Amino acid sequence: MRIKVDPDLCEGHNRCFALAPDLFEVDDYGLSQALNEGVVPPGLEEKARLAIDNCPEFAISVVEED
Amino acid sequence: MTDSPARCPVRDWASDYDIFDPDYVRDPAPVWKELRERCPIAHTERWGGSWLPTRYEHLQKMVKMVPALSSASPLVVPPSPEMIEILEAETEKHGETSRTPPITSDPPRHRPYRRIIMPLFSPHAVEKHIPYTRDLCNGLIDGFIGEGRADAAADYAEQITPRVIAHILGIDPARADEFVTWVRGVLEFGLTEPEQMVEYRTRIRTFFQEMVTERRETPRGDAISMLIASEAEGEKLTDYRILGMCSLLLIAGIDTTWSAISSSLLHFATHPADQARLRAEPELLPTAVEELLRFYSPVTMGRIVTEPVELDGAEMQEGDRVLLNFPGANRDPEAFERADEVVLDRRRNRHMAFGLGIHRCAGSNLARMEMQVALRTWFDRIGEFELADPDAVTWAGGQVRGPRTVPVRFAAA
Repeated sequence: MRIKVDPDLCEGHNRCFALAPDLFEVDDYGLSQALNEGVVPPGLEEKARLAIDNCPEFAISVVEED
Repeated sequence: MTDSPARCPVRDWASDYDIFDPDYVRDPAPVWKELRERCPIAHTERWGGSWLPTRYEHLQKMVKMVPALSSASPLVVPPSPEMIEILEAETEKHGETSRTPPITSDPPRHRPYRRIIMPLFSPHAVEKHIPYTRDLCNGLIDGFIGEGRADAAADYAEQITPRVIAHILGIDPARADEFVTWVRGVLEFGLTEPEQMVEYRTRIRTFFQEMVTERRETPRGDAISMLIASEAEGEKLTDYRILGMCSLLLIAGIDTTWSAISSSLLHFATHPADQARLRAEPELLPTAVEELLRFYSPVTMGRIVTEPVELDGAEMQEGDRVLLNFPGANRDPEAFERADEVVLDRRRNRHMAFGLGIHRCAGSNLARMEMQVALRTWFDRIGEFELADPDAVTWAGGQVRGPRTVPVRFAAA
């Protein structure tokens, strides 16, 4: 599973970082980035889905693999 | 205000709503439900006139209408004639129209000011204030735990938030009672009683002018000194601008989070099953806090229409005021299953209690931290508690909605 944060949509709510600190990092301005180039380590998929489902800006999504 | 239009009963909530109607302030959800189905963007002539959206999807669209919906005047009522006179004089003197940036700013001026304050409230910055907040909560509980009763709003929630923001700004937390009086004067009573707004706005600015002058001479490691050292748009900030930003940080940090903590404690005092559940499953706290924020969202923000906007049949004209009804959107059944129930472990919760878009509440991490620490400490120290007198509960509403008196009783310890 791979996820990404759309930097144009992220407004720094930090919900993802609060729910899944192993998957995201936030800068001083609150803006979020997916760690590990978005690759979700096995076992953390549910955390990733939780982050996606709680982003008020709909900024996080799963990257569809070909 | 003897001729206040609030004294006439509302004829039709779709065309004549009253944000200060006591029943609406106590429980606005039934009105929002009716409006969402019948007239989702309501209008009123009361309190200077405004539009009130009630659907989640409409709020999502409106926050992106920048600057067609401008932040130039984010209060839910227009400034009074006295206030306009003061503001016009200030504009003449300082050449400024955005008085408390970034909350009163539109792009492109908004961003540089927002970037100055954001690092104060990042998750990592906020974490450093947990020990102070926890000690403060424990100290307050020490004061009433022996009595077996307390006002969860006035003795607890209201005491926490002014001290935490004072601690961050570098001003004296012992003056918390004054800060509360000032902020209520501006944001609670001041909205319907213009003379209070003028009086307390002046007091806040006079106070911060003194703080800024002191720090210009002797800088300290606090937020005010940081503002003095900051630059935006290639220039150091003027005192006028710093006063605006300090006022904003003080005002925005007090009755908002205090309302959220009070609402949460009122909820647990009146919903014993939820109280027992959070006690049994303390790991639910972060999710529960988000749910309480959704259900009891305190804050509504105003916008001014700068070019005609049409949305779902509502034709908003230049100069109209729009109330960004985040609390109403958070109860929309189209966006939330069981929207009118508090579900402590709600899994999917894209609530907009802190707003959305570029003006998302800058202090949201701080507010969350304060709620979590306040509730955690309360639950750790106080056993089973209940509302002592339901009739004694009082509410404030308008810009910030929340209970102001929440008498509870518990086993004295």
